[in-house]
Amino acid sequence: MKITPKIIDKHGIKPDEYTKIINLIGREPNLLELGIFSAMWNEHCSYKSSRKYLRTLPTKNDKVIQGPGENAGVIDIEDNDALVFKIESHNHPSFIEPYQGAATGVGGILRDIFTMGARPIATLNSIHFGLPSHPKTKNLLSGVVSGIGGYGNCIGIPTVGGEVKFDSSYNENILVNAMAVGLTKKNKIFYSKAKGINKAVIYVGSKTGRDGIHGASMASAEFDDDSDEKKPTVQVGDPFTEKLLLEACLELMKDNSIISIQDMGAAGLTSSSVEMASKGDLGIEINLNKVPCREDKMTPYEIMLSESQERMLLIINSGKEENAKKIFTKWGLDFSIIGNTTDTKKLVLNFNGEKVADLPLSSLSKDAPLYDRKWKKKLNLKKIEFPKNFRSKKIFESLKKILMSPNNSEKSWVWEQYDQTVMGDTIQKPGGNSGVIRIHGKNKGVALTVDSSTHYCFANPIIGGKQVVCEAWRNLIAVGSNPIAITNCLNFGNPEDKKIMGQFVETIDGISQACTYLNFPVVSGNVSFYNGTKKNSISPTPTIGGVGLIKNLNDMVTKNFKESGNHILIIGKTLGHLYQSEFFRVILNFNEGPPPEINLFNEKNNGLAVLNLISKKLVNSVHDISSGGILIALSEMCISGNIGAIIKPPRNDIGLHEYLFGEDQSRYIIEVKEKNIKELIKILKENGIYFEKIGTTQNKNLEVDKEFKINLNELNLLSNYWFKNYFKEDL
Amino acid sequence: MKSSVIVFPGSNCDRDIAVALEKFQIKNQMVWHDEINLPKSDLVVLPGGFSYGDYLRTGAIASKSKIINDVIKHGKNGGLILGICNGFQILIEIGLLPGVLLRNKKLRFLSKNVFLKVINIKNNFCSEYIKKDIIQLPIAHNEGNYFGNNNLIQKLEDNNLIAFKYCDKQGLIEENSNPNGSSNNIAGILNKEKNILGMMPHPERLIDPLLSGEDGSILFKSLLKS
Repeated sequence: MKITPKIIDKHGIKPDEYTKIINLIGREPNLLELGIFSAMWNEHCSYKSSRKYLRTLPTKNDKVIQGPGENAGVIDIEDNDALVFKIESHNHPSFIEPYQGAATGVGGILRDIFTMGARPIATLNSIHFGLPSHPKTKNLLSGVVSGIGGYGNCIGIPTVGGEVKFDSSYNENILVNAMAVGLTKKNKIFYSKAKGINKAVIYVGSKTGRDGIHGASMASAEFDDDSDEKKPTVQVGDPFTEKLLLEACLELMKDNSIISIQDMGAAGLTSSSVEMASKGDLGIEINLNKVPCREDKMTPYEIMLSESQERMLLIINSGKEENAKKIFTKWGLDFSIIGNTTDTKKLVLNFNGEKVADLPLSSLSKDAPLYDRKWKKKLNLKKIEFPKNFRSKKIFESLKKILMSPNNSEKSWVWEQYDQTVMGDTIQKPGGNSGVIRIHGKNKGVALTVDSSTHYCFANPIIGGKQVVCEAWRNLIAVGSNPIAITNCLNFGNPEDKKIMGQFVETIDGISQACTYLNFPVVSGNVSFYNGTKKNSISPTPTIGGVGLIKNLNDMVTKNFKESGNHILIIGKTLGHLYQSEFFRVILNFNEGPPPEINLFNEKNNGLAVLNLISKKLVNSVHDISSGGILIALSEMCISGNIGAIIKPPRNDIGLHEYLFGEDQSRYIIEVKEKNIKELIKILKENGIYFEKIGTTQNKNLEVDKEFKINLNELNLLSNYWFKNYFKEDL
Repeated sequence: MKSSVIVFPGSNCDRDIAVALEKFQIKNQMVWHDEINLPKSDLVVLPGGFSYGDYLRTGAIASKSKIINDVIKHGKNGGLILGICNGFQILIEIGLLPGVLLRNKKLRFLSKNVFLKVINIKNNFCSEYIKKDIIQLPIAHNEGNYFGNNNLIQKLEDNNLIAFKYCDKQGLIEENSNPNGSSNNIAGILNKEKNILGMMPHPERLIDPLLSGEDGSILFKSLLKS
């Protein structure tokens, strides 16, 4: 078949990239080889637009065992335990086919975790949808949620946290980011780097079918009017097979049979074989007739580019093949020796006795294109005048409306569709500051959170990037954990657009500043570009997954108020920043102005002080103050604890609206018993922490002095209203 | 007391139940579904999960596993059998318990803590609930809507074969406190001889104060007394 410009274009390869291919291999590629280049050189696999900037992120501290570049990041959580975690996007497939797209997103990230030898112990997710009134939203939301649940519930991994957000910028391109966390021993971590010549290359798991062909290329382009036609590029998940694959792999990992292991994710057999061999500076030769196929007459092109799920590639020590085969057969999985490692540094594919592809591995990996794309700085949004009528809005009515708005309402409609308690170690479920999972059989735990702040990032990517890292840090602190590291999922529009590329570059700058200052490095993640259509891109949405360690679970706290008659304090100074706040957005439909500034010194100082108070058992409950400000945070503490509060804002230098709804950063609410207040204040003063006493806990009602009083049952109904109403379920 | 937990491909609460049994000094072993002989046991547990991916019908394929013949014999001889969640579904597919488990009324998976009223304490699984008959346990299922025709439900009621019913905090058994649409709020039932219990809630997930409660522990303590 002659390779025409049209075929090249269909593979998403630009004319100058095609010239580069010819230069690299010294001839024109055949169709199979072109497909392989397309799979390896697309944005999703090659990071060609982002690599330059990803390199600037801090990736190390004294707890990091493995940073970016492997299937997942690994950190040391003491006692020879290691935690493996990563977040990944599955945006494009989920928009085309929400159930399967979301399900295979979970499947893919779980494979990344157990590929490294870890048993998955928790998942989290961050999902973003268009406006609730958009005709596609309801179907996408229910499809994605049941897809995430359908996969994770079946395998039996608890979902312990996440977020659900709505914004018009996702109308034509939703976001589905899934994070998984696994546990292994420090001396039992498996890597993808191949070692040794003439070692057996083994295919295990499901058979290869014709689903998901060119999935990664699809995810590297914007949507157009024919996006429905892309359905065949979406993979179909089978969580049952994944569960078997998980158990079989972990069983084989008990001894030292495996040299290296790589799951077949994006770009399937192509990327897994290329990555393993090129990391090991070896070659690899595969006989495609040995690949187990689901359908008859599959061509080498289809076999190499299929993204069928639940498959793994292993390189095994000589002599261990029989035992490995026994394990996979016991679990009812395919097992086939499909090739071997070589010293040629080439990828060689044979089919029906003929050599059908022969490519130098460097052309697919280190010589892949790297772009230094043009970008434009985002001008800081001016502090234009506040809307005139904002003070006329009643505090009580505003609180009710915010609680009943989709982004701020209670999300149990979503959480309840995810198994949160399987594995018997879930200490804090979704809905708190962070999810908390006990390390099995021990009295320590890990705190897990995912966060994003798209409005802040859109208004100012540098501040937004900083803020979202700090928010994750704060959520980890608020349960009493020591924050250790993050994983990030960077969702952006088309990087060929200077403005979008600017958002990316500046967001990375913000993330990098905060991570560096807080000693909170990035150990894994992914980049998802081309989110949007030709006309509209999504708002920049970096999603941060944070992990912290709780050395002693007795030192953990929750956000729910514990008893009446305790003091309520605000840690950190309230300046009354209302630009980009939920109050302005929901109540006044006013979206202008800059996001709240982040002062990294205060962030760290306040956070470490709160952690100190928790470890000294001086606080009964802690909640970070984020979107919605003090009053929303207070409501959440009241509802979850079924304990009320009466507050009297202590200052008159700022207005009540600014005080109660302002979204200044680096703040926490804490509940303190009378007997502890003296010692607590002493510690705060010693550390130079700004704090204010704003009221006390009480029975049954949330009350703001001279403004309103509401019964907790009613408050609870308000916050539960939105989802149930949207899906027409009984309240 | 000796127990055997049957592990099917796709079981995912097998470890959790083993941990719970061992915590209460019940000597447990895991038995792979493909075995033919059940080791000598006082108690057999069919754990939660998605045996065989729950393809075809929940529990349907597992009910034809090789080990099941011996499980049936064990039950017919009066041995104790506990089926939790998917295990309950399997017991029904085997025919050791009557009725059927339909999809939840709202047609979606449901994972939350629910209140239960212990209806029958005169059996080996529930005797210790004499001290506390309104309890809280987690449910996590898609097909837990217990259904039987009027005759069957009446028979279960008349013969006191309902072990647990969904209720509210005060113990009221009402439509409002029924999470999945089960007939008469049924959450767990016994066979006529009361040596077989099938239940949708997960006692093995609430055996520790850190996990917000110990109401599940009482079931294992009852077993120890039996």
